[in-house]
Amino acid sequence: MINLTTNSLYRAGASALTLWLATFGAQAAIIEVREGERIQDAVNQAAPGDEILVYPGLYSETVYVDKDDITLRGVVEGGNWPHLDGNKQLNDAILYSGNGFSVEWFKITHYKGNAIMGQAGNNFSIRNNWVIDSGVYGIFPEFGENGLIENNILSGIEDAAIYVGMSDYIDVRNNQVFDSVAGIEIENSRHVLVEGNLAKNNTGGILVFITPGLPIKSSYDAIIRRNFVLDNNTPNFGIPGSLVSQIPAGSGIIVMSGDEVIIEDNVITGNNNAGIIITSQDFVTAIATDTGSDPNPDAVQIRDNVMFNNGASPEGEMKLLMLTKFSTTGPDILAYQGATAAERGSCISRRNAYRAHGVDDWANCDSPTIRATDAIAGREPSDSTRAIATKMLSEPAAPRVINDDASGAEIVYQGICAGCHAYNVRLIGPPTLAIQAQYGEDAGSIAAYIANPEKKRPDFPTMPPQDHLSEPMRQLVAKYMLTLTN
Amino acid sequence: MMSSLLSLRYRPAERPSFFTVARMMRSPIKQAKAAIFRPLALSLLASLLVPLTVRGESPADSGFHLTHTCPASFELRDGGCVLRNRYKKYRSLRDAGVGGLKTGLPQLREGFTPQQIDLGRYLFFDPVLSAHGSVSCASCHDPAQGFADGRAQAVGIDGQTLPRSAPSLWNIGFFSTLLWDGSKNSLEEQMQGPLYSPFEMGNTPAQLLETLNGNHIYRALFEQAFGTTTIALDQVYTAVTAFESSLISLNSRYDLYAHGYHAALNEEEISGLNVFRSFVARCAECHTPPLFSNQQLAVLGVADAPGEIMDLGAEAITGNASQRGAFRVPSLRNITRTAPYMHRGQKATLEDAARFYTGGRGHEVPEGESLMIHWHIWEPQLTDREIQLLATFMGALTDEAFMPEIPTAVPSGLPVTQARQFASGNDVGFGAQ
Repeated sequence: MINLTTNSLYRAGASALTLWLATFGAQAAIIEVREGERIQDAVNQAAPGDEILVYPGLYSETVYVDKDDITLRGVVEGGNWPHLDGNKQLNDAILYSGNGFSVEWFKITHYKGNAIMGQAGNNFSIRNNWVIDSGVYGIFPEFGENGLIENNILSGIEDAAIYVGMSDYIDVRNNQVFDSVAGIEIENSRHVLVEGNLAKNNTGGILVFITPGLPIKSSYDAIIRRNFVLDNNTPNFGIPGSLVSQIPAGSGIIVMSGDEVIIEDNVITGNNNAGIIITSQDFVTAIATDTGSDPNPDAVQIRDNVMFNNGASPEGEMKLLMLTKFSTTGPDILAYQGATAAERGSCISRRNAYRAHGVDDWANCDSPTIRATDAIAGREPSDSTRAIATKMLSEPAAPRVINDDASGAEIVYQGICAGCHAYNVRLIGPPTLAIQAQYGEDAGSIAAYIANPEKKRPDFPTMPPQDHLSEPMRQLVAKYMLTLTN
Repeated sequence: MMSSLLSLRYRPAERPSFFTVARMMRSPIKQAKAAIFRPLALSLLASLLVPLTVRGESPADSGFHLTHTCPASFELRDGGCVLRNRYKKYRSLRDAGVGGLKTGLPQLREGFTPQQIDLGRYLFFDPVLSAHGSVSCASCHDPAQGFADGRAQAVGIDGQTLPRSAPSLWNIGFFSTLLWDGSKNSLEEQMQGPLYSPFEMGNTPAQLLETLNGNHIYRALFEQAFGTTTIALDQVYTAVTAFESSLISLNSRYDLYAHGYHAALNEEEISGLNVFRSFVARCAECHTPPLFSNQQLAVLGVADAPGEIMDLGAEAITGNASQRGAFRVPSLRNITRTAPYMHRGQKATLEDAARFYTGGRGHEVPEGESLMIHWHIWEPQLTDREIQLLATFMGALTDEAFMPEIPTAVPSGLPVTQARQFASGNDVGFGAQ
């Protein structure tokens, strides 16, 4: 857990960090940004491992981070935050694709797209940010692995305030999400812990979805635990055409098609449509179906949630459905799964405590014998998830670098050089054999030449410069070229 | 800085002969020490001669023989050609081959022998595959036009206009969803459509087999590639698949940026990349790096002609009404080479294509049509400047450095055809004027 380690270091204060840098090498630097300067300039200047400190003030830009191990840290002084404002003109506040990205302590408002969006960045940490009315999603890691979203406060988002999309091994902890269409959405993702969050006054509180038509088609192994899911009755103001625009107001937790979802120890109250809805993809309409994704939710567990005062005024289809049950109020729990729950391995505990529909054929999660044994032994109940502290990886996802070694040189030669240089055939450039004849064992001259080529042979075009390769890599590639035998 | 790479015109490689060997060695001879050069030259000449004389194959007489080296960027491993590329050093989530800058590729169809790939190259360019020997694969997939044909709608045998545009074949070996309607999952399966369609190549399996088996050069080449003396249809499909899967374009300036060399893109292009991947334009949600396609079906609602949805897309295959007008997301690699755009060439330029996405949900859908428009189609209110930036960025996705050698002659003796020979002039969609 590189992130957690560095975070705890940083928490110890800048002086400790300086000491750490002095002790462990000069490769990491602190770059300071003050009002009137551009954060992007600091990012462009930064090297992996560097930390960018942004002081209080107004900043209006899109910051993109396509490097590894960059930390963007806001400095909050006397209640004054560094404030990124998009004026409803700029698209996204922060885009990242690098591994090991951390962003903390920013106030972000009025962007059109997202506040913080990741594309295939692994080992990320998004903490302590304050996001207001900043577009489609507040925090949106996509295609990411091993990430932490913690202690953020988000409101006024047109889709999901926190949206974990097509990602694995993610913790979403202790965030406050309110006045948005969806509070927290876990979509086509696996190994996710959503714990200790407050989802209040949204249209829907917490969602676990499989959305059809996406390239990664499953959503399973999610724990929704110890959250407060309260009064999510805000009229739907979702973007027309978006999936969440179809969510009925007053929905606490919705599992659509997601599998192996455990909803445990939450407080779910005052959601006027229903407390928990477990549903197949029939829940949404006007979307092209996808034969590659299973539309039904399997192996859902609803355990030990505290629920009351849900369903005061059910909406639309829920209202009609409840009328068929001779009720004008909505349920705590409603399940319609497309097949019997017994077949699908779902279970519920304390079923009699709730006004529940569609769970008659669910198994009983309670295991009285085991629980009694656990109680005598003073253990946590062994059929609860309490022993699972995190879904993040114990080791960070692997770095993505082409090593400056022989294996890297082979990749570079075959992937780039071989397009113009064949061994004994004239292509765009002269044959490798001819180059070997010219340079012998002098790899250094080749390495120097390819960084800044000039026209050498009248019947060949000038070679494009390869200065995108590091100096050691140019040497290695040159050596590789001189040793080729076919 | 890298513009010189882009401006390089492709020069067909020449098969080594005494003449070319002498010529290609001419410049080094001036600089190299003769002591180094002579043994090298001798071994080179020997290496060129030995395979032909030892094998004593009749195609040598005809001038056709199959190479024993893999195409550019492929390396021979255990008898098969395997791609070497920096993207192979990266993983992708769930091995789906979609993600961001440093994301692994989907599985490539690779491991074909050099001979199979080279045989596929001859077949690809040989009109003998069609009923009257008039069109080849390259008629619609012209290397000079991004392996597409520059038309709104492709033109098949006897000048027949086809309903959809010819897709580019660059990187096609990474795709497991093929054709605009996504109805095929392998190239072998897919190519049987055009081969035997009366509108495209007009052949029949029986006639194709008879033709090829009746050609002694092909018989010898197939024997080199597959080791059998009679040609089978599966071998034809395998060889063409092998060649098509060797068309790799993964070294654009964008790729240099993705691998970490940020100076490869200029500021305009980086701004374009940021619009492209922003959640306002949302291009990267479906045109996902590194292939710039997520291979999914999507309903966009681009009208075939003003007021008309004529092409049902995937619905015509699956009968699923929710897939009415659904088409496979195409790759954007080498996209500047393949105008006009969309399944029927409705958009003449990249700007036109980009502008479609800011026109609002269903703005081209005729009244009375009911399409399940994709959720990412919304009203992003892109500015003209942003449209321009998107087009600029897409221009950085061009890389044709690994263009294969185009044969000057094919074993049938028929002329090597190109699409432009079949201009008929009635194939332009309304957007393309």
